[in-house]
Amino acid sequence: MCALCGVLGGAGHWTDAVARPGVFTRTATPVERRRERAARVTQANRVLRHYRLTLSDWQGASFLLSTATGKTEIVDDLTHVWSAAEKLTGRPCDPFDPALLAELGGGRG
Amino acid sequence: MGVVEFIPVNLITGFLGSGKTTLLQRLLADPALSDTAVLINEFGEVGLDHHLLERIDDTMVLLQSGCVCCTIRGELSDAIKDLFSKRERGIVPPFRRLVVESTGLADPFPILSTVQADPVLKHHFRLGNVITTVDAVNGLSRPESIKQVAVADRLVLTKTDLVDCADGLVDELRHLNPDAPLSRAVDQEIDAAALFEGEVHSPLRAFPAVADRPHGAVHGFALAFEGALDWTMFGIWLTMLLNRHGGEVLRVKGILNIEGSDTPVAVHGVQHLVHPPVHMAAWPDDDRRSHLVFIVDGLEREVIERSLKAFMSLE
Repeated sequence: MCALCGVLGGAGHWTDAVARPGVFTRTATPVERRRERAARVTQANRVLRHYRLTLSDWQGASFLLSTATGKTEIVDDLTHVWSAAEKLTGRPCDPFDPALLAELGGGRG
Repeated sequence: MGVVEFIPVNLITGFLGSGKTTLLQRLLADPALSDTAVLINEFGEVGLDHHLLERIDDTMVLLQSGCVCCTIRGELSDAIKDLFSKRERGIVPPFRRLVVESTGLADPFPILSTVQADPVLKHHFRLGNVITTVDAVNGLSRPESIKQVAVADRLVLTKTDLVDCADGLVDELRHLNPDAPLSRAVDQEIDAAALFEGEVHSPLRAFPAVADRPHGAVHGFALAFEGALDWTMFGIWLTMLLNRHGGEVLRVKGILNIEGSDTPVAVHGVQHLVHPPVHMAAWPDDDRRSHLVFIVDGLEREVIERSLKAFMSLE
């Protein structure tokens, strides 16, 4: 939910699209959904490591984004991960940042 | 649970006086649009006679804040909900398509975002094609019209009878939005089905190389990648890109070869908004590469490509 406009049920992010005919999603079965969430946490942490942040699943419903000192935000979806990460670290999380790209390339395998 | 049929919402946009209402007037006479409801923002000089015509209230509410869910136009959402409620109660015929005509100055993005993000609308409606009219006399002189062209799925060139030659403008349109089919309103029969159907996820392949940039920073380009992509990482990359550069990514569209999926997945986004990904029934041809088309304002192709490749561990 967005507290500013009071829109409830804001979920339905495109990466978690509701399973319906013709839509590509990994939310069709509970197992598939949990597996995708686990993969998302792992992959997002590869990127967030650069900002000294960690993401963890919270009850299969939200995610917890934490700094190294324990400051934590609850986030609903991937879009909010990035705005929360920028707020927590006070710096932009830019996917073009050469240092981040070097770390991603180097940390492979 | 039965399959709910989502009503497609088409947006007709275009700069002031570019012929949106005239186009709509012509289209509504087409039998293909017999079950279509129409919402217009303002009554212009061209009269429309249609039994399913409603006017959106003038009081525009646009909550300005960072997150997409706030970019909802209250009056548009209310107008669509009201229309849907009347449909359910049998007060208006059960329309199977909704066409929204925006004002000429409107940024199309909040309208698209309303349909996709509104908690009620998103369960009954889905976004269809965005149709943009471009006036051959005035061309693309205004920044609003460049943006309207960039987000278009279909382009309609109007008033070509008032200019000697529209070839220059056609070239400009091709540079700005290379994959949107272009029709000419004056000397062609407008095929309503072709404009409204085919929908937003028509596969794209042929993408002309863009050398010069007649509109400065706004330009389009296509990227192609070998091998299957990790869907999870792609989502992380695209959300991160749109969070930081969403305002400059006017359009992203593509078909992807996804690990673990035999058929391609079509993605389609306008600025901060990404449509639910479509699982296509089959590959359009033998090419199994992932293709992504970007229409961006000021971003460089090489920078986007390098970033995506690093995230996806390509090369």
